[in-house]
Amino acid sequence: MVENRPYRDLMAYLVLLMGVVIVAFPVYLAVLGSTFDAATISNGNMPLLPGDQAGINYSQALLSGGRLAREPVSMMMLNSFIMAMGIAIGKILISILSAFAVVYFSFPFRKTAFWIIFITLMLPVEVRIYPTYKIVADLGLLDTYAGLILPLIASATGTLLFRQFFMTIPDELLEASKIDGAGPFRFFKDTLLPLSITTIAALFVIQFIYGWNQYLWPLLITTKSSMQTIVIGIKKMITTQDALTEWQIAMTTAVLAMIPPVLVVIFMQRLFVKGLVETEK
Amino acid sequence: MAGVTLDTVRKVYAGNVEAVKGVSLGIEDGSFCVLVGPSGCGKSTLLRMIAGLETISGGAIKIGDRVVNEVEPADRDIAMVFQNYALYPHMSVYDNMAYGLKNRGTPKDEIEKRVKEAARILAIEPFLDRKPRALSGGQRQRVAMGRAIVRKPQVFLFDEPLSNLDAKLRVQMRVEIKRLQRALGVTSVYVTHDQVEAMTLSDKLVVMSGGQIEQVGTPADVYRRPETRFVATFIGSPPMNILPGKVEGPGRVSVGGQMVNVTDMREGLAPGSAIEVGLRPEDVQAGTTGNSTLTMDVDFVEELGATQLFHGKVAGAEFVVQASTGQLAADTRSLTLAVDPQNVHLFDPQTTKRLGRQI
Ligand SMILES: Nc1ncnc2c1ncn2[C@@H]1O[C@H](COP(=O)(O)OP(=O)(O)OP(=O)(O)O)[C@@H](O)[C@H]1O
Ligand SMILES: [Mg+2]
Repeated sequence: MVENRPYRDLMAYLVLLMGVVIVAFPVYLAVLGSTFDAATISNGNMPLLPGDQAGINYSQALLSGGRLAREPVSMMMLNSFIMAMGIAIGKILISILSAFAVVYFSFPFRKTAFWIIFITLMLPVEVRIYPTYKIVADLGLLDTYAGLILPLIASATGTLLFRQFFMTIPDELLEASKIDGAGPFRFFKDTLLPLSITTIAALFVIQFIYGWNQYLWPLLITTKSSMQTIVIGIKKMITTQDALTEWQIAMTTAVLAMIPPVLVVIFMQRLFVKGLVETEK
Repeated sequence: MAGVTLDTVRKVYAGNVEAVKGVSLGIEDGSFCVLVGPSGCGKSTLLRMIAGLETISGGAIKIGDRVVNEVEPADRDIAMVFQNYALYPHMSVYDNMAYGLKNRGTPKDEIEKRVKEAARILAIEPFLDRKPRALSGGQRQRVAMGRAIVRKPQVFLFDEPLSNLDAKLRVQMRVEIKRLQRALGVTSVYVTHDQVEAMTLSDKLVVMSGGQIEQVGTPADVYRRPETRFVATFIGSPPMNILPGKVEGPGRVSVGGQMVNVTDMREGLAPGSAIEVGLRPEDVQAGTTGNSTLTMDVDFVEELGATQLFHGKVAGAEFVVQASTGQLAADTRSLTLAVDPQNVHLFDPQTTKRLGRQI
C-alpha cells in the first residue's frame, strides 16, 4: 500500500503477532515440556523458560522410548521416515507416469482412464479402509513397509497436477523432440522430467508430510511395536490415566516428530526456488 | 540433397474436416518453395504432413525417391523451424543444437564441430552456454535455425518462423534465411501468410486457398499473371482493384461506360457479357495519356512516406491508386487514370478464373 499510517501498521502487526502467538505457543510449550522432568510438568506450574533436563529427555526418548511406547523413538522415526519417503516417491512416480500416459498417448478409453483416476479423489484410505485392509492382509503385508506404503501411493491429486502441467507444455516441444529423434521415453527423460522439477518438489513436500502424518492406516496394519510410526508412538504415550503419562517423553517425541517435515520443507523450498529460477516453459 | 514430390495429398481431420484437398506439387532439389495463403487454408497442415507430424489421409509424399508416408519424422531427414521456436527451455543453446545429433549417436567431436560451425554462421557463438530464456527473440530464432542446420538434412521446413519478430528484425532475418538457403543449397519449404515474405523468399511460390493450390509459379509470374481473382487480390499490396465491366469486342472492355483496351484477353468472348477487370494500384497512371482512361472520385489519401494511396471510387466500385508522394496534389478530388493495356487483368465473374489468352 502506498498509504503511510503508523496506526494502521501497528494494528496489522498486532493482529499478525496474535496469529503467530496462537500458532506458535503450543509448539513452544512442547519444546519447553521436553526440557523438564516429569514432576515439574505434572505439578501444573511449568516455568516459561526452558529447564535443564533436555539432554536426559532426548536421549531417553531416542534410545529407549517411554514406559508405554516401549520402542525407542529413533526406531519410530525411522519407520515414519521410510513410510513417508515411500509414499512421497511412490506417489510421484506413479502419478507422473500416469499423467504422461494420459496426456501424450492416445489409446482406447483414455478419457475413461483419466476419469477413473479422477474419481479416486473421492476415495481416500479412510473410505476404502475395509477392502484395502482385507487385500493387504490377504497378501500377507501386515506389519511390513510395503503394507504401510502401497495402499497410500495411488494419487489422483498428483496425476491431476502433472496432467495440468504437461498440458501447458507446448506441443511443438514434443514435435521438435520427435524430429530430433527422441522416442517417448527419451522425451520423458530429457524434456518432461527436467521441466517438471518444480512440480515434483512441490508434490514431494506435500506428500511427505501427508505420509508422515498418517495415523489411521498404520494403526490398523501394524501390530508389532517394532513397526510402529512416531505418530502412533505419541498417541500410545498419552494414556487416559494422566498419572501414567510421561509428559516429558511425550513432549520430546512430539518435538522430534516435527523435525523431519520441517527439514523437508526447508530443503525442498531451496530446490523449489532454484527450479523456479532455472526452468521456464 | 533431394526434392519433394506431393501427389494428390489429402488430409481429413477427425470430424470430417478436409484441411487439404488433393494437392500435387513438385519441389525441385535445392529450391526454395513458399506456401502462402490466408489463415486456415491448410498450409501448416501440408507442411506438417511433409514433416511427418501429421498422418497423410490420401496420396503420397516423396522426399527424393522415397515415399515417406509411413516414415517417422526423425527418419525423414528433414529439419523444422517452428513459429514459437520450440527450443528446449532447460537446455543450453549448445545442447539444444546438439540434441538431435546426440540422439542419432553422432560422435562427440563431430557434434562439437557442427555446432560450432553453425554457431559461427549464425553469429550465436557468444550464447552457446546460455539458456534460451536468456536470449532475445531474434537470437532464439537463430538458435532454432542452428538446430536445423547442424543436422544437415535433405529438406528444411519452416512454419511461419518470423511471425513472432518485430517488423525490422523480420526483414533482416528474411534476408538471412534466403542467404543461408542459397549457401547451403538445401531444399526448403516455407509457410507464411505474409505475401511480402512469400514474394521475396521464394523460387517457387505456391498460393493456397481452402485446402487447394490456386497457383504455382515464380513470384514474378504469379504477380504478373494471376490465374484467379483470389491470387490477384492476395498477392500484391495494396491488393489489386477489381471493377465490374463488360466485354465490348476483341481487346476492348468497358467499365461504367468508359472504354479500356486490353492486351491479354481471351478470344471469342461474347460482346455485352459481364467481366471483371483487375487493375493494380501501382499500375495505373494519373494523367491523360493514351486512349484508354478511367475517371476516379477521390475520397481520402493515405500517406505511406515514399508513396501515397488515393482511395475512392471508379464506376461505383472501390478503387485505390498508388502514386509517388508529390506527384499529385493531396487535395485532389477527381483523377483521370491512364490504363496501360498490358496491365489489365480480366476474370470470369462466375468461375473467377483468368480470361487471358490461351497459351
Ligand atoms: N487437429 C485438427 N483437427 C481438426 N481440424 C484441424 C486440426 N488442425 C487444423 N485443422 C483445420 O484445418 C484447417 C487448416 O489448418 P492449418 O493449421 O493448416 O491452417 P494454416 O493455413 O496453417 O493457417 P494459419 O495461417 O492460421 O496458421 C483449418 O480449417 C483448421 O481448422
Ligand atoms: Mg499455420
